[in-house]
Amino acid sequence: MENTPVISGSEAVIRSLLAEGTETVFGYPGGTIMPVYDALYGYREQLNHILVRHEQGAVHAAEGYARVSGKTGVCLVTSGPGSTNTVTGLADALLDSTPLVVVSGQVGSALLGTDAFQETNFIGITQAVTKWNCQVKRAADIPAAIARAFYIARSGRPGPVVVDITKDAQQERAPFRYEKVTQIRSYTPCPKPDRDQLAEAARLIDQARRPLLLVGQGILTGGAEEELAAFMEKSGIPAACTLLGLSALPTDHPHYVGMLGMHGNYAPNIKNRECDLLIAAGMRFDDRVTGNPKQFGANAKIIHLEIDPSEVNKIVRADVPVIGDVRETLPLLTELIGRREHEAWIEEFRACYDTEYRKVIESELFPSTSAIRMGEVVYRAALAFDAEAVIVTDVGQQQMIAARYSRFRKSRSLITSGGLGTMGFGLPAAIGAKIGAPEREVCLFAGDGGFQMNIQELCTIMQTGAAVKMVVLNNGFLGMVRQWQELFFDRRYSFTEMQNPDFGLLAQANGIPYRRVEQREELEEAVKQLAESKTAFLLEVKVEQEGNVFPMVPAGAAVSEIRWA
Amino acid sequence: MEQEYIITIFSENSKGLLNQVTTVFIYRDINIESITASESSVGGIHQYTIVVRSEREKVEKAARQIEKKIDVLKVYVFTPEEVVQQEIALYKVAHNKDVEKLVREQHVRILEVEDDCIVLEKTGYTNETQALFELLKPYGVFQFVRSGTVAVSRYNKELLEEYI
Ligand SMILES: Cc1ncc(C[n+]2csc(CCOP(=O)(O)OP(=O)(O)O)c2C)c(N)n1
Repeated sequence: MENTPVISGSEAVIRSLLAEGTETVFGYPGGTIMPVYDALYGYREQLNHILVRHEQGAVHAAEGYARVSGKTGVCLVTSGPGSTNTVTGLADALLDSTPLVVVSGQVGSALLGTDAFQETNFIGITQAVTKWNCQVKRAADIPAAIARAFYIARSGRPGPVVVDITKDAQQERAPFRYEKVTQIRSYTPCPKPDRDQLAEAARLIDQARRPLLLVGQGILTGGAEEELAAFMEKSGIPAACTLLGLSALPTDHPHYVGMLGMHGNYAPNIKNRECDLLIAAGMRFDDRVTGNPKQFGANAKIIHLEIDPSEVNKIVRADVPVIGDVRETLPLLTELIGRREHEAWIEEFRACYDTEYRKVIESELFPSTSAIRMGEVVYRAALAFDAEAVIVTDVGQQQMIAARYSRFRKSRSLITSGGLGTMGFGLPAAIGAKIGAPEREVCLFAGDGGFQMNIQELCTIMQTGAAVKMVVLNNGFLGMVRQWQELFFDRRYSFTEMQNPDFGLLAQANGIPYRRVEQREELEEAVKQLAESKTAFLLEVKVEQEGNVFPMVPAGAAVSEIRWA
Repeated sequence: MEQEYIITIFSENSKGLLNQVTTVFIYRDINIESITASESSVGGIHQYTIVVRSEREKVEKAARQIEKKIDVLKVYVFTPEEVVQQEIALYKVAHNKDVEKLVREQHVRILEVEDDCIVLEKTGYTNETQALFELLKPYGVFQFVRSGTVAVSRYNKELLEEYI
């Protein structure tokens, strides 16, 4: 056949990636992946490669890229330590349903299983942290393996996959023909919705007097933002978001009533108990969302719109499960329901918001203390970026504060490690997000602890010029752990105080403009400078040392046990 | 309430799948009592029969998580009442008059006879194969091995048919 050229396995890797529309790969070379890197050299005009400084950084960057763009993130790593360094990122992507394809080099097939140099059983190791993985030992099998990998990574509920390719397979030559995978007989990515369940769901919605919509990341991964808006408009039902569901609808939507969860807003956390109907759309009742699941929505019927059948009835029993892609099921529901308004009911949420405003929000955004609070920094940034920026966070207090006080106008605007809570996620994810959406501003909030956990990626910023706006909220502590020590461990601050490096020198070493703010008077101007910078910028803000995030529903507690201080 | 469940899994015959399946049981803290795996009535598709003792809800959730594996076609959960199940046991015992008598009484199949020992086979429930083991013990059992459970459901159709 004339259009099946005979090429090396490594070139087949590159051409397969290109055939799947890959524009950018995040990676780090090494012995067993060198043939692919050699092939990449010939394709460097077509395929943009970002040289990170640690393979964990590569995976988080690919996650940020995927989350902001909706495309599949791609990583290229070597065997042994290169591949094991990706494990945390894979686990993170699995829990947060992020589509990734990680291509790893492997020792030559003759050496497999012999404890060869830089051999690890990567397929065995990643079984528990991938949606699927496979090992390829023949060049001829590479295109089909990569086609399958992309199909699995991005279809249905997305997730990370690993393709482990032995070095000899990369070097061998074989005819190249690429065929996309569109179906696997043992895999049903998007189950067809059941008409009876839809009808029953519509009936419950039409009867409900105190309904609440719970918006999860499924809306974003399903690309169902418009379908959500249409459903909300017709049903008149108020909506709360999970952490990962944030930005699926604008924060100034008149029926948006706040974020769910441990540090979420008072209104949805307390009101779910008074609801007679909960409509969960693309969310999985994570324990950080429900608190005590027995009390969550205790008086409500539950409709669960969910693409993954294993999530239905896993934590909370659904009265009406509607299995399928929300992009398909939501419009079907919208069609079936009657037009309603729930103004009086929504007014009750507003009253709760007022309570929360008086008890915590006001003093967080407009504090009378001399020390700067995290909330006011996030608030200033929301103003400076006009709620248009992609907000990326690390993990800890700053994450919760950023989620609580950021404002979102556009979809896919909050990138944070939800399921795994991976410190060190923020900086590389922000780099990936900027590369995935160069036209948007990307603003990272990190704690002084988490910023140091993948701080080597500052050098990636230097080398790529990715214009990431970074804010380090420096409280001199591992803040969130310190908060728990204060509240639950008698203030015994066991190893949570940090002696930090000079972040200014670190920025300088990487050619990144830097500013440090200790006084409130400087804050507004400094945040403006950050926002207007044409290049990457690091703003360090010295914040209150022992500030806490409130309100808080302690782990496993009922929302009635909410703490305000 | 804890009780016995028989889980039947149909999957592609792909490398490492058994590992993926057992990982879910570890993850959900369920101990496997017995396991068998072999090709099903459909070529290329493997069938696993796994017996566990646990609670219904826990087993159902594990089943859905196994079903989620890309190469798994379908998972069924049965109670013992919903299936016909058997396992096979082999016994190598001393060859003497007393044993021969026992063999006749117990309807045990003789697989092989040698001068000083014989190999017996019994098919049945675990308690039955165990009971024979106890009976033989006094005469000296040199070796004893039991397979995992195999089971067919009480439905008339091949379970897999609607899925491929
Ligand atoms: C990799 C990892 N290690 C440990 C933790 C536990 N942990 C959660 S929050 C936190 C403190 C974070 O401190 P910092 O980065 O300074 O942020 P802050 O809470 O002060 O905003 C720690 C240690 C984690 N989430 N991830």
